[in-house]
Amino acid sequence: MPQTKRNHITQLILVLAGFIILQTLIGFLSGQRQFQYYSRIFFLIEINIILTASLALINGYTGQFSLGHAGFMAIGAYTSAGITTLLPKLLFGSPLVTSSVAGHLVFVLSVFAGGAMAGLFGFVIGFPSLRLRGDYLAIVTLAAGEVIRAGLRFADFLGGPRGIPGIPAFSSAFYVGGFFLLSLWMMRNFVYSHYGRACIAVRDNEIAASCMGINTTFQKVWAFALGACFAGVAGGLFAHMSRYINPDNFGFLKTLDILIFLYIGGPHTIAGSIVGAGIFTLVPEGLRLANLEGWRMVVYPLILILVMRFLKDGIMGEREFSFLVPWKYKEMVQKRVESSKLTVDS
Amino acid sequence: MPFFTINGLTHYFGGLRAVSNFNLSMESGELVGLIGPNGAGKTTVFNLISGIYKPGQGGIVFRNESIAGLAPHAVNRKGIARTFQNIRLFHDMSIIDNIKVAARSRTGYGLASSLFHPPRFWTKEHELDAWCRDLLAIFGLDAKAPLRSSSLAYGQQRRLEIARAIATQPSLLLLDEPAAGMNPNEAKELIDTILWVKDRFDLTMLIIEHNMRVIMEVSQRIVVLDFGETIAQGPPAHIRNDPRVIEAYLGKEDTHAA
Repeated sequence: MPQTKRNHITQLILVLAGFIILQTLIGFLSGQRQFQYYSRIFFLIEINIILTASLALINGYTGQFSLGHAGFMAIGAYTSAGITTLLPKLLFGSPLVTSSVAGHLVFVLSVFAGGAMAGLFGFVIGFPSLRLRGDYLAIVTLAAGEVIRAGLRFADFLGGPRGIPGIPAFSSAFYVGGFFLLSLWMMRNFVYSHYGRACIAVRDNEIAASCMGINTTFQKVWAFALGACFAGVAGGLFAHMSRYINPDNFGFLKTLDILIFLYIGGPHTIAGSIVGAGIFTLVPEGLRLANLEGWRMVVYPLILILVMRFLKDGIMGEREFSFLVPWKYKEMVQKRVESSKLTVDS
Repeated sequence: MPFFTINGLTHYFGGLRAVSNFNLSMESGELVGLIGPNGAGKTTVFNLISGIYKPGQGGIVFRNESIAGLAPHAVNRKGIARTFQNIRLFHDMSIIDNIKVAARSRTGYGLASSLFHPPRFWTKEHELDAWCRDLLAIFGLDAKAPLRSSSLAYGQQRRLEIARAIATQPSLLLLDEPAAGMNPNEAKELIDTILWVKDRFDLTMLIIEHNMRVIMEVSQRIVVLDFGETIAQGPPAHIRNDPRVIEAYLGKEDTHAA
């Protein structure tokens, strides 16, 4: 059933309006003490979705198994918190305050800087390691993530193992929602471009891809660096939400969380990241509310086993949310389907 | 200066000499067949040309430039495209996306555009889409453009692979057993397609093929390999009656005479 442009735009507006209303509501609630916990869960879902989608670029679309994603999140978190907290402390004796306009500006820039720094690390780590395949790449990225964590523990000027306390609470509903939309929009765009297609080609058949003129190493490094970059953005938001970070926030268990979100939701679509991170941020919190927190480690693996057994490609499989597909792309596909019907009939 | 030359190409797999002192010179617009029994080293020659293997010894010169030892994507960007003996399509992608990926040089936008989708991005994408659809139409595959490539019949997958190679806009096309697994009718059709494509896209072609009817009909010249060595070279009529070629394929005559 072909969709009209009007239909698509209505759908998109409804989704965005719903999102903005929800986000505003959460914004108001977050100001009240008794609701702070719930608003934090909501922000955490958004941050986890960014993380999962950014890992999907590497593991899902390009087919490179990375196990060091939390490391890039750490780079983003430390860079961002360094700029808003440590640097002002050094210069003026106190961190930035959330009441000044300049503070907000610096915070936004610091999140971008966190993304850029994580992207840079992704590039530097990706270039030598992405020549490796399969298990070897997984081991090297695992090691890289641990090296970042261990490095942070030794870096005294970043607080060492004690981390950075007293980070100003800049991550409001407005900023988290804004960066969430921007990140998802950019990743979506990347997927629906020549680069996205080339990533899938590399995953599908690397030899054929390289014989068709695709520089596979370069392609993999770009996807890796871009994934790292958005993980950095998520790290920056996380730091200013939790207000305290230390190296152990970003260990292998964090990577494992992101991997579980990804493979349960479905690694081949952005919808998969949204569903996976959404559900699996809520499940442990729900268990906590029901006083069954200890069951987390029973429920988690059980769901993972069931999904892997019955839905190999995750809950979403190859299905993408319709509002995430660009209208111009749908138009192109529809034209093609119509013309192919004509040729088949005649 | 010839269009494409290979000089003394030699390649070892461990202790096994897979290709030994292989020489070839092709003029622009020529169609050369490469035949030989199984394991003669034909596909190895293709893998050496297209950069999948780095040659141990010898030179490969294409349009006055040495391409020996270049990475596969670099070889392709110089203007050499190939197909594969065991089909290597992008099975997870639609038929038209298989073509679009290969038409990299026609994309016309950079990484920044792909992240922000400015209006120019969609103009370029629509142009690319139209171009790829036209190319598919030439190969009679346009009606199936939105389907997955794995849903195609075997013969059509072979055609799609040729179309995909041509989407990279090569001037030298290497076909590795294009008629493998085809029935006589399909093979006949393939002969027409190959000759037509060659004229339409102004190509020089090197073809590996086991189907003698196909290779004798399309080739202007045939090179015969056996155990990595060139044992005969010449026009099809000449090759057909060459005793060394017959021996390589059928064995020595006197073993049965006794």
